[in-house]
Amino acid sequence: MARVTEIREIAPNVHECMVNAPEIAAKVRPGQFIIIIPDEFSERTPITVADWDPAAGTITFIFLSIGSSTEKLADLVAGDEIYSLTGPLGKAFELGKFGRVALVGGCYGIGGIYPAARALKELGNEVICYSEARSKFLLYWDEKLEEICDEVRYSTADASKGNRGHSHDRLQYDLENGTRYDLVIAVGCTFMMYCISQVTKPYEIKTIVSMNPIMIDGTGMCGACRIEVDGTTRFACVDGPHFDGHKVDWNLILARRKAYLEEEIVSQERKNYGESQSH
Amino acid sequence: MAKVSPTKTPMREQPAAERIRNYDEVPFGYSPEEAIFEAQRCLMCKKPKCIAGCPVEIDIPGFIQFIAEGDFKGGINRIKEKNILPAICGRVCPQEEQCEKECILGVKNEPVAIGRLERFLADWEAQQGEAELPRKPRPTGKKIVIVGAGPAGITAAADLVRLGHRVDMFEALHEPGGVLVYGIPEFRLPKSIVFREINYLERLGVRIFKNHVIGMIKSIDELLGEYDAVFLGTGAGLPWFLNVPGENLNGIYSANEYLTRANLMKAYLFPKYKTPIVKGRRVVTVGGGNVAMDCARTALRLGAEQSIILYRRSRQEMPAREEEIHHAEQEGVIFKLLSTPAAFHGDDRNWLREVECIRMKLGEPDDSGRRRPVPIPDANYRMPIDVAVIAIGNSPNPLIPNTTPDIETGKWGNITTDPATGKTSKPGVFAGGDVATGAATVILAMGAGKVAARSIHDYVMGR
Repeated sequence: MARVTEIREIAPNVHECMVNAPEIAAKVRPGQFIIIIPDEFSERTPITVADWDPAAGTITFIFLSIGSSTEKLADLVAGDEIYSLTGPLGKAFELGKFGRVALVGGCYGIGGIYPAARALKELGNEVICYSEARSKFLLYWDEKLEEICDEVRYSTADASKGNRGHSHDRLQYDLENGTRYDLVIAVGCTFMMYCISQVTKPYEIKTIVSMNPIMIDGTGMCGACRIEVDGTTRFACVDGPHFDGHKVDWNLILARRKAYLEEEIVSQERKNYGESQSH
Repeated sequence: MAKVSPTKTPMREQPAAERIRNYDEVPFGYSPEEAIFEAQRCLMCKKPKCIAGCPVEIDIPGFIQFIAEGDFKGGINRIKEKNILPAICGRVCPQEEQCEKECILGVKNEPVAIGRLERFLADWEAQQGEAELPRKPRPTGKKIVIVGAGPAGITAAADLVRLGHRVDMFEALHEPGGVLVYGIPEFRLPKSIVFREINYLERLGVRIFKNHVIGMIKSIDELLGEYDAVFLGTGAGLPWFLNVPGENLNGIYSANEYLTRANLMKAYLFPKYKTPIVKGRRVVTVGGGNVAMDCARTALRLGAEQSIILYRRSRQEMPAREEEIHHAEQEGVIFKLLSTPAAFHGDDRNWLREVECIRMKLGEPDDSGRRRPVPIPDANYRMPIDVAVIAIGNSPNPLIPNTTPDIETGKWGNITTDPATGKTSKPGVFAGGDVATGAATVILAMGAGKVAARSIHDYVMGR
């Protein structure tokens, strides 16, 4: 049973949670995820593992409170037991010595790129991280990233830190001005990863994106997380979650992610107005 | 002796119009009087053929004799010598193709309702309070690990623990039970029954570790370092799709996803349970097996105005059990036979709106002995729908083969086993159920679990 050891809101709506899960901490590799069910009624929620400490037996993950299940998760306090936590799941990043690598993180992905950045640096790569948010106060783990990579390039929509705009604007600028990368990894919202893939394509830079489609079991059984890569159906939970960003069918993914918007609104309303009906 | 009734004693059930509005079980089961009456139909053959028809070799005339005499406790004990899951098997086994098919009464009349009698005893026992445990066996000192808490794993675990082995069981999901929990709907197999049987297993001494995906958290080689033998019952894997245009539109589910949302995640109780499901007014299920029937009947209970089954052959070739087809028909499921999707069409928001179907006719028999469906040219038609469920089968779960490079696999990604022993190509590793055979039935998985348990016992005892 996994117990929460620390949980805090590190930026508005962004939560950092550390749980005691020694078996997972001993096994997890950069890019893998876990599935959490905060309580009996909640959904199985896949979340990228952002950090871990095998000696202490803990894992850390970052999540945004954006639906009823992640809200439940955000309500947990240190000492609480998590109803269900399963991992590690998915394939790890294929890491090695590539040369100069850019890692792009947005929302939960800032935490998501951290373990890959650390491992790539240890493998002798030059590692540049791109971190983005709407404003400075929504960024997190700045120092943590700066500590382990060669440089962090920030982008904010209001120019309160780093460049004005998005990471893909900054990456575009850098590429236009002669920076060359041997590999780009992007972790974050689908639209960001799509934009990054568009930017790197003309330069033919290998670009790995960490897909986050809807999953149910996450163990290769239900097929909900199917996406199309290079014209074939792939399953993000067991074949991924990392795929070549230049080969992913982005239109399909952007459409599929919005499938349950109406139900999410019902879930939220029911929560706000109390569960008076005996369903 | 009174003249034997030519037909099975009928089992009372919820009226169709009522039951499609709830998720409660459809048949009510026999009363003690009905059970005794039905048991007295059994001829108590000297050389019973029914036992040979049972994958787990229950002493069928033996337990029926007990019922006929009104000794229900004796009856359930006789079943449990061979089968730890009678409440489940009595409900979901295809008896008409197994024990009941062999029944001598069936030659001229209807066979004895063996499944209903098995179910009766199991339910009777549950009403008596906690089931009695068998005598504790002498410990062998051997440790066995079961991967996957579905029908194959549960059966293997029960047999092995009763032989005195220490048995640990790892389950990937947050509830044990496998397909009994995520797949088969509540109205066909109430989950309280599954949990009762699993509880019995734990009382026998089996330790169950949920939320453990073997292959990821532990490799098979690591398990072999800790245990004397490994049994893999990891079950079904990725669903098959039709590979037709538009299949990735919103509103199209695999049967595994549709049923997992509805059953394991309890989407039928949404929004109390937070996992959503697209309910749909016109739901099409593609396929003709038991899983397709489960999906079509689930759709009705989720509020569909029309639940339609598309099957590419005729009713005669449908692989589903007659009882399941009959229940679906009673409930108003519409069968569009000799039809298969050619394409799905969506709206500008990528939501499913229409299915385009090919009309088929039956040609020559194929390898399976069933007449092959042949498309009729220029006869395509379209139907407006808002949900489609693809229930045409699945491959075995890929996780163990993917993470265990030295285990031999077959054409479909199934783990290769010797069906007589459950042995895989890797020493000390046994397998059974869907992961070995591809999608099949609960009882066949249980039979495979039994076979494997026997050879695991021989293996760890050095025989």
